Amino acid sequence: MSRWINSKNIFILIALLAIYGLVQGMTLTDTLPPFYRLNLILICIYIILATSLNLINGITGQFSIGHAGFMAIGAYISAIITVKLHGPLLLGLIAGAIVSAIAGFLIGLPTLRLKGDYLAIATLGLGEIVRIIFLNIEYVGGASGFSVPKTITWTWAFWLMVISVLVIRNFINSTHGRACISIRENEIAAEAMGINTTKYKVLAFTIGAFFAGLAGGIYANYMYIIQPMTFSFLKSFDILVMVVLGGLGSLTGSILGAIFMTTIGAVLASLSEWRLVITALLLVVMMLFRPTGLMGTKEFSLNFLKGKKG
Amino acid sequence: MTLLKVENLSKSFGGLKAVSNLNMEISQGELIGLIGPNGAGKTTAFNLLTGVYEPSEGKIIFQDKNVAGLKPYQVTQKGMARTFQNIRLFADLTVIDNVKIAYHQNTTYSSFGAILRLPSYYRGEQEIEEKAMQLLKIFKLEDKAQEVAKNLPYGEQRRLEIARALATQPKLLLLDEPAAGMNPQETHDLMELIRWIRKEFELTILLIEHDMSLVMGVCERIYVLDYGTIIAHGTPAEIKSNPKVIEAYLGEEVV
Repeated sequence: MSRWINSKNIFILIALLAIYGLVQGMTLTDTLPPFYRLNLILICIYIILATSLNLINGITGQFSIGHAGFMAIGAYISAIITVKLHGPLLLGLIAGAIVSAIAGFLIGLPTLRLKGDYLAIATLGLGEIVRIIFLNIEYVGGASGFSVPKTITWTWAFWLMVISVLVIRNFINSTHGRACISIRENEIAAEAMGINTTKYKVLAFTIGAFFAGLAGGIYANYMYIIQPMTFSFLKSFDILVMVVLGGLGSLTGSILGAIFMTTIGAVLASLSEWRLVITALLLVVMMLFRPTGLMGTKEFSLNFLKGKKG
Repeated sequence: MTLLKVENLSKSFGGLKAVSNLNMEISQGELIGLIGPNGAGKTTAFNLLTGVYEPSEGKIIFQDKNVAGLKPYQVTQKGMARTFQNIRLFADLTVIDNVKIAYHQNTTYSSFGAILRLPSYYRGEQEIEEKAMQLLKIFKLEDKAQEVAKNLPYGEQRRLEIARALATQPKLLLLDEPAAGMNPQETHDLMELIRWIRKEFELTILLIEHDMSLVMGVCERIYVLDYGTIIAHGTPAEIKSNPKVIEAYLGEEVV
């Protein structure tokens, strides 16, 4: 355990507790307007979605754009458990994530043989298939939607987000994460180095789907109602934009991207028809001046806090 | 002791027989050259040995097991490592990460160990870090450990590729034109390096090369490939005076 205690980790922990405490305090004293609360929780949800998509697209280099499909699976499965089966929230969230991961595994196994554009098209199609399936199941309300009581609080959303980011970060900073990165860099060389590239592509896809499912579950149990239209390919693109904007391959970039895009969405909420125009313009400017995204593949680092060695 | 035995190995692409009835036998500890004119099928032969292509026919017996038809990563895990004719480093990663990736198959901690940061993770990572640095020292790249691989000069990229291949801890090392693009001094240093790593790592080496001074200088035996078949094999001296080889390289003698 002593390896965990250093000035860098202590600083991060204090920062996290401070953010959590501030928002929690304002929520309890009712000084935080509901609109802000909604967007803070949305930020947590989108951070989970963006970092998990980055694991697939940025770290492993497999261009998937069907993330909303996995989010939908997590949302509906968790809602079925909490609403229809009256199960506890945590069970619903975990079950949603696991079912989504299983779906990711089954979908990933055949589709990850495809490369580049073909994989993008296949995953886009699969995301839509998932949505259409839920649209046609009367048990979960079909097109009119599925009402779910709001049980997610700031505490749930915030700490689940922290755990998700931590798990993905720990995975990336290991020999298994390096195996994924090597696939992105040069698949033939990765194979020649003894790396089972199929296994790691499917593993990254499965982990990504797991956390997309978790985020879907949080979303479903917060938003009162879920409808298939929520999980259309536009949602997948929203997440993709966050990842690209933050930098493919950078987790801190994805976090920044998620915060940035959600904030922009909130600020422009009153001019909803202009929102897409402005985000599109932002993207164009970004691609012209910084095509690698805000962070590129680099991470925002607090290593200077660590001192000399440790 | 025979390390690698290739029997009647063939590969056709449509109607073209890139390699046909290739036979080779390499004993433990040998340093073998594979030469031939352009388009003779040398790299195809390497790709067959390392599983990049599936052979149409034939057997590849490596350490008494047939490895024909295995995937490239499985062949590497069995102890056969290679470098590429056109360098294939992980160009945007640091020098040390390039080597660390190659230690993957010998790392024992699981994904869960990594996610939960169990002691096995820290032990494993420390071991990889130390081994990778040791290897970089041998290849005189330790000062450049944190540099991005694509920024290295050409000769150092070649050296790094060999270092990376050695990190998979192979028994047999396949070098595909290691001296390509090097000047005579660099080629000379490379010869020394190849001799030295063979002794130090107890390796068997098979190399493809166009630079005759290198092949004749370091190889104990040479196989000559032309139109996908072996047309001669023997010691460098025998190969130099073999009329078939001279014909393949220079064309038939006109009187």
